[in-house]
Amino acid sequence: MGQAKMLGGIIILALLIVGSFSIFTVHEREKAILFRLGEIVKTDFSPGLYFKMPFVNNVRLFDARIQTLDAEPERYLTSEKKNVIVDAFVKWRIGDVERYFTSTGGDPNTANSRLSQIIKDGLRGEFGKRTIQEVVSGERKEIMDILTSQANEQAKTFGIDLVDVRIKRIDLAKEISDSVYRRMEAERLRVAKDLRARGAETAEIIRAEADRKRTVILAEAYRDAQTIRGEGDGAAAKIYADAYNQDKEFYGLYRSLSAYKNTFADKGDVLVVEPDSEFFKYFK
Amino acid sequence: MAWNEPGGSGNKDPWGGGRDQGPPDLDEVVKKMQDKFGSLFGGKKGGAGGGGGGAGKAGSFGFGLIIIVAIVAWALSGIYIIEEGKRGVVLQFGAYKETTLPGPHWYPRFIQSVEEVDISTIRDATIGYRSGGANRTSTAPVERESLMLTQDENIVDVQLAVQYKVKNASDYLFKIKDPDTTLRQSTESAVREIIGKNKMEFVITEGRTEIARRVHDLTQEILDRYETGLEITSVNMQDAQPPEPVQAAFDDAVKAREDNVRLKNEAEAYANDIIPKAQGQAARNIAEANGYKEQVIAEAQGETARFLNLLAEYKKAPEVTRKRLYLETVESVMVNSSKIMVDVKGGNNLLYLPLDRLVEQRIPITIQAPLASESAPVTNQTVEPRRREVIRRGER
Repeated sequence: MGQAKMLGGIIILALLIVGSFSIFTVHEREKAILFRLGEIVKTDFSPGLYFKMPFVNNVRLFDARIQTLDAEPERYLTSEKKNVIVDAFVKWRIGDVERYFTSTGGDPNTANSRLSQIIKDGLRGEFGKRTIQEVVSGERKEIMDILTSQANEQAKTFGIDLVDVRIKRIDLAKEISDSVYRRMEAERLRVAKDLRARGAETAEIIRAEADRKRTVILAEAYRDAQTIRGEGDGAAAKIYADAYNQDKEFYGLYRSLSAYKNTFADKGDVLVVEPDSEFFKYFK
Repeated sequence: MAWNEPGGSGNKDPWGGGRDQGPPDLDEVVKKMQDKFGSLFGGKKGGAGGGGGGAGKAGSFGFGLIIIVAIVAWALSGIYIIEEGKRGVVLQFGAYKETTLPGPHWYPRFIQSVEEVDISTIRDATIGYRSGGANRTSTAPVERESLMLTQDENIVDVQLAVQYKVKNASDYLFKIKDPDTTLRQSTESAVREIIGKNKMEFVITEGRTEIARRVHDLTQEILDRYETGLEITSVNMQDAQPPEPVQAAFDDAVKAREDNVRLKNEAEAYANDIIPKAQGQAARNIAEANGYKEQVIAEAQGETARFLNLLAEYKKAPEVTRKRLYLETVESVMVNSSKIMVDVKGGNNLLYLPLDRLVEQRIPITIQAPLASESAPVTNQTVEPRRREVIRRGER
């Protein structure tokens, strides 16, 4: 009885061992190749549980997710022979797993280095045709699209689907960026000088205009004041004339007497008089 | 209890190894089961060796119990709880089956597996700088990332922060290797593309929000193309300024702009100062002229009135009045001045008059003597306003 139990246990164990060798799962993240004695039998597995013959079949699993090739920044020459440093990255995934396996041995590093070669060649070609201005602003997207479709053709031969080629950075080489800095500085200097000079100009205009206005205001006021004074003088003269005309002779007397009084108002005035004037008529 | 008996590793305990088991590896699962069975048999063998005949029955009973316990343990081990703000992604034999919402769930272990993804926590990535320190307040610039070319071939220093979260848990897990790094790369690429399409002036001045918005859109588009399952919640331009080597020149240009405004303001202040003053002065001049006019007219009227009154009386008695006026005038003149009477007729023709000495002697007295109150009003008063004018000018 014990013997039978033990035998049963051994059988179960053996079944389990064999069973464990005869099933495999393909994960959502993976693609699989099923081999029979080294020969590829089946590649189009969707994720799930599968059976295989132990020892006869074996399975290799590959990452089916989008992977990144983030190559080291490289120097390229633009059409005007300027050095730019370009940092690009590539997003790819395995398209045809059989071709991928046969051409790269299933090693992502091999795939990356091949891809990076393709991309570098493509970048070199595209940058060589364009100026910095064009690669920086205008045609960046165009370059990326051209590269993606071109490189995709070649990548297909390794069973790779290129999802995207994107230029991350386009930087100027050190010596060029220094000259850019100098140019920017000069440009700012120009702007600053211009602003200050314009400020001085405007200020001078405003001051001069203010001075002009002041002069005009004062001169006009002087003119008006003199006119008014003249009016006063005129009116006064008319009043005097009207009055004094009534008796010219008496005016002569009146005014003369008042003038004498004013003229000799000071004690310092010395009069040397003859006694035969009218004033001294009774003096003798 | 069987699973605590010697001969096995900790793996036997079905509660151990826990719920946080990663993606199931069938090979490993099978191996575990083998281990378990192996130890069961080992235990039974030990019992048979020591106990003898009765051991068989006990072993049979124990075997059944073990299986029941194992099944219960297996069933219980499938219970898992998804916390709020997370999603459980259920895989059946490695294939995506469903996404479970927060709450308690059960899955058959070894057949299915569950991966949890946090979809509510906002994650962030920074371009151009790294935040550090205890509460992430201190930042260190990363020039390699922050310096970028503008359309007009200038270089700007841009720092921005991206906040994002997972919007699709299964895409996030299965579609792309390292989605978070991909987000960084995509953002960097997008921001440079956008900056490259804009002029420096725009980038560092009014363009910030516009650029952040476009970076947001472009990055999201790229991420969607890669099926990262990520969603950008916000892009903030922390900083956009000229790079450090030219900062001084830019600051100076900004200062120049201020100087420009300042010079204008100063000039306007000058204008605002002198023009009203001139207008005031003008008004004063005219007012004074008007005053003068009124004055001379009034004086003329006064004087002529006096004259006419006198004239009326004079006409009634011309002889007497004439004489009186003459004598009074000469009298007042004589009273106020020094006089020397010389009777020249019949006298010596040579008369010595030391006039200068006479005048000198008289001067102190004249100074002390009060000024004649009868002095002519016309002359006196016309002088006065002019003198006042002079004084006022002096004050100004």
